[in-house]
This record gives sequence, C-alpha cells and structure tokens, in this order.
Amino acid sequence: MALLEDRVNSVPAPRELTTKPRRSDQIFRFVVTLGGMSSLVILGLIALFLSIKGIHILNEKGFSFITESRWEVVTDENQEVIQSTFGIGAMLVGTMLTAVIALFVGVPISILGALYLSFYASGRVKTFLVSLIDLMAAFPSLLFGFWGFFVFMDSAEYWAKLINKYLGFIPIFQVPTPIFERSPFIAGLVLAIMIIPIVTSISREIFAQTPLDRIQAAFALGATRLTMIRAVVIPYGRGGIVGGAMLGLGRAMGETVAVYTVLNVVYAVNWQMLFGAGGNIASLILLKFGEAGAYEVDALMAAGLILFLLTLVVNFAADFLVNRFGKRGR
Amino acid sequence: MSTTDIKIPAPGKPWQASRSDKLKSFLTVISAGIFTFILVNVTPLKGKLAYFILFFISVIVFEYIRQRITRDSQAAKDSVLSTLSILGIVLTLIPIFSIVLTVFVKGYKGLHWQILNKDMALASVNDPIEAGGLLHAVLGTFLLVFVALLISFPVGLLTGIYLTEIRGTLSRPIRFLVQAMSGVPSIVAGLFILSAVIYPITNSLSGLMGSLALTILMIPTIARTAEEVLKLIPDDLREAGVALGATQWRTVAMVVVPAAKSGLLTAVILGIARIIGETAPILLVTGGADKTNLNPFEGSMGSLPFYIWKAFLTGGTEQSIARGWAGMLILLIFIFILFGSARYISGRRS
Repeated sequence: MALLEDRVNSVPAPRELTTKPRRSDQIFRFVVTLGGMSSLVILGLIALFLSIKGIHILNEKGFSFITESRWEVVTDENQEVIQSTFGIGAMLVGTMLTAVIALFVGVPISILGALYLSFYASGRVKTFLVSLIDLMAAFPSLLFGFWGFFVFMDSAEYWAKLINKYLGFIPIFQVPTPIFERSPFIAGLVLAIMIIPIVTSISREIFAQTPLDRIQAAFALGATRLTMIRAVVIPYGRGGIVGGAMLGLGRAMGETVAVYTVLNVVYAVNWQMLFGAGGNIASLILLKFGEAGAYEVDALMAAGLILFLLTLVVNFAADFLVNRFGKRGR
Repeated sequence: MSTTDIKIPAPGKPWQASRSDKLKSFLTVISAGIFTFILVNVTPLKGKLAYFILFFISVIVFEYIRQRITRDSQAAKDSVLSTLSILGIVLTLIPIFSIVLTVFVKGYKGLHWQILNKDMALASVNDPIEAGGLLHAVLGTFLLVFVALLISFPVGLLTGIYLTEIRGTLSRPIRFLVQAMSGVPSIVAGLFILSAVIYPITNSLSGLMGSLALTILMIPTIARTAEEVLKLIPDDLREAGVALGATQWRTVAMVVVPAAKSGLLTAVILGIARIIGETAPILLVTGGADKTNLNPFEGSMGSLPFYIWKAFLTGGTEQSIARGWAGMLILLIFIFILFGSARYISGRRS
C-alpha cells in the first residue's frame, strides 16, 4: 500500500494553464522586438546626429540655406571663419534637374521593358533577362560613373549637340557657351540607366499582381494584348508604377559617385541642361568635404540632413503608393 | 476494326507562332533593315544613332502595315506596342552589355600575375602596372564587408523574425521604415558615422568606421530578404513545433531558422553584393590606404572602390587608367560570383 501511495503522490500536479509566455519566450520576444526596432532607431539617430552638427548652421542662415545659391567661406590665417555664405539652392536645382531627366528617360523605358518581360517574353528568355536586370541592379554606382565618363560621354555629347542644334529654340536646350561635356543632361542619362533596373523590377512585380482572371476575361472578350494592357493592367498598376518611379527618383536624388564623376560640379544655378555645369547635393558634399574646416563641415552636415529628409519623404510616398496599390488584388 | 486504326490528332499549339509566321516577321525585320540602310545612305542622316532610330521606326511602320494588310487595325495597333516593348528591353540591355564589355576589354590590360600579391605601398598609380597590385584593396574590402556583416546580419535577421514570427502591432511601420532605410543615400550614411562616432568619440578614420557606415546600407537588404525567406517557411512547421511543446524561442531557433538556412545565405550574399562597391561612405570615413592594413580598429584602410577612385582621379596616365579598370574588373568579378551563387542557392531550393 505504501508503494501505491508513493506513486499517487509522485504524479505531478496538473500544470497551470496560462497564455502568459514563458520566461525564455519573454526574453526572446524582447530581443527580437529590440532588433526589429533597429531601423527606427537608426533612422532616428541619423536625423538626430546630423541635426546636432548642422542645426546651428540652419539657425544662422535660416531659410536662405535653401534659397541662397552660393557656397563661400572666408577664413583668416588662424582658420577662424570671418564670413560665410552657405546655401544649397543651386545644388537643389541640380539635384532636381538630373533626377527629373533620369525619370523622364528611364521610366518609359522601364515600363516598356517590364511589359515585355511580363506579357511577351516567356520561358528561358524571360528567366535570363530577369536575372540580367537584377544583376545590373547590383552594379555599384562607381561602375556606372566611370563607364559614363569614359564610354558613354562621347555618344551623349553628340546627342546633346544634335538636340541643341534642332531644338535649341526651347530655353532649356540653349547653352551660353558651346560646352556640352559633363552636363546635367549626360548625368541625367547615366542616372536613368542606373534606375532602369530598379523601376523595371518593381513594375514587373506590380504587373505580376494583376489578377489573372481579369486578364483572361479581357482575352476571352477578344482583346488584343494592347487593349488588354490598356484596359486591365495599366488601370490596375498605375499607382504602383508611380510608386516605383518615385523609388527611382529617391535613388537618383541621393546618388553621389556617379554624378560626381560624370558631372562638372560647378556652384551655380544652371537650368540649361545641355550646358556642362551643375551638381547635386550629394556631389557637393563629396567635393567640399576634403578641404572643409570644422565650420564648413557643419554646413555640409546640414546639407546632408536636407538631402536625408528629402529622400525620406520621397521614399515614404513611394512605399505608400506601392503598398496601397500593389496589394489590392491579392 | 481495331482501335489502332483510329487517328489520334497530334497535339498542336495553335496559339504559338507557326514557322511561316516567324519567317514573315523575320522578313519584315530584314526588309526594315534594308530600308534603313538605303535611307541612311541616301539622305544626309548618318551615324549609329540614325541607324538605330530609323531601324526601329521602320520596323514599327513595316510591322504595322503588314498586320494592317493581313489582319486588321486592332492587330496593327497591337504590333506597335509589342515592337515598343522590345525597344524598351533593348535599350535596357545595351548599357548592361556595354558596361560589362568595357570592363573586361579595358580591365584585362591592367592585370598581371602578381596583382593579388602586391599592394601599392611602394608604388604610385602612375608607375608601370607590374609595380603594384591590389592586395591591400581586396583584403580591405573583405575586412570591411566581414565586419559590416557581423553587425548587420544579426540585426537584419532579428528584423526579419520580428516581421514574420512576432507579427506585432509595429510590423507595418517597421516594414515601412526598413523600406525607407534602404533609400538612405550612401553619402548620408557616411556623414552619420562622421557626426555620431568619429567627431565626438574616436577622432580617427579607420576600417571599422567604414564597416559601420556600410552596415546602415546593408541592414535593409538583409532584413527584407530575410523576411521574404522566412515567410516562405510553411506555418505547419511552426505549429508542429509548438504542438510538440516547444516554446516560440525553441521553435524559431531550431525549426524555422534552420529550415530557412539557404535562403538566409542568399540574404547575406545579396547584402554583400549591395555594399561591396559602395564608394561614397568609404571615401568619407575609412581614410583610404595604399598599404595592407589588417587591423580594422586602427589606421586607415584601403578598399577596392577607393583603389579604383584613386587610380582614376589622381592619376591621368595610361597606367593609372588601366589600374582603375583592372580594379573595376576584379570588383565586377566579385559581384558576378556573389550573384551567381545567390541564384544557384535559391535555384536549388525551389
């Protein structure tokens, strides 16, 4: 009997039922959440530290930091700053100009290419082309920059001359002096080549989400591919494509090395895109950083902050559009 | 009558282009080419550009006319879009081929047998090519990437796990922020490290600083790929783990992550491919050395992008240009290897 009683006593008490995670899970969840927050923390820290360094410049210069188009600093023999004028107006114009050219050229090519990949190519050709374009998206900007400078420049300069000759009556195609090398036009084309793989793959993803039943319904009603694309694919993917184009815009605005190598960075507002002078904020930072004193570095930090906020806004908008319109059919 | 006499129709594919269709479209393209050739030689238009534009215009016109005659106006309009979409893909491919061809043709001149054996400590960029090599650059790039990977892989993986396993209320905003982070301009990453670490704390440029800057660019790529990969792991596995009495931590660590191993390797490879050629932050924070430096914590460090940059911008002679392209060739080969292995791994999985 004693043995049996022992047995009965040794049966463990029923476990308490609870939905509370165990200690190990609590730690796990805490660590993972901490890791998950890293993107928020890093983005916050970038904004914070660039502000700490740059905010006094923004306070001193006020709104003229954005509108002013001069970047001058005068120092005495002890490297004390006597007088300074910092304004990124010209570079802001240059950033916009090159990025808009890139979009203007790159986006139609990307959309047409994505249409080809989604609705015309098939089998091995498609797989090959898709991986080739993905590969191109992984090319470093350095490569695009020096290829643009050594190889692409000659052709692009020739095209610029042609445009100037035949369309020169339009103000933006005029040039003050016939210097066509290293112009915003050429930089914009190089940026276009850089964003094509990105915009193509996003457009392809958007097109792939078009509901198959609607595509087949259109074909069943006797649509050709053109009418099917116009009636189903484009209305469906419009927002997503705009989002993809904006992601390309974000990349084009923040590009440093390719613009620095291809473009003749000159600190002046230049709207005439065929003329060989211009720049963007990122290339300004790279150009001025080498010889900048402490005070000027702070100004460059402020410029970096503006660039950061600008690309952040563009990326947020792009992401919003891609997600809002891209997932509708799933 | 036996069953063998019944004629079984051969399976056909009526929607595919028949041989005569292919021949006809081929002839259209050829005739458009001939027409272009005549036009270029007769009119004052000339050059590659004229050939290209005229050829495409005449293909569009010829194809339009052919479809208009043989079919109807709808088919003719349709043919315009298909020709234009081919134009789009051709315009995308030309730069790719041009870039790869340029790098190989110009790069191999700068190669020599000792290139991975020597550094540039005793040679300037304008010296004869045999005088120096890019040992320091390759080692520096490896170290930069390795240290960056040590930091960004755990963070990226944790972000991926948060998005797929915890699925908390913050999932949407975090996905949003990861996407936004992937758009941070590389130069801003460099400025951030300067303002947050170098000026207030270390006051010296080193390889570690470069790795920190690269980490910022690498995390979003790894996080997004890791999320995609973990999403592919079927929920059955997670439920099986939990049903067997495992805690979530054990399920994730011993079931989900091991199951996604090859996919996570792809994430790492894509992350490396993203940063291996990144130049702007490297120029700002690593200092850039010509001597082999294996200590990422101290002293300036060379890297492939810096090597290429220096060769092109400070040289100007034939030797320095050849050096730059050779560096580019090595960098491109690394990217090819990384990309090829990523495709191989993900291809094997599916």
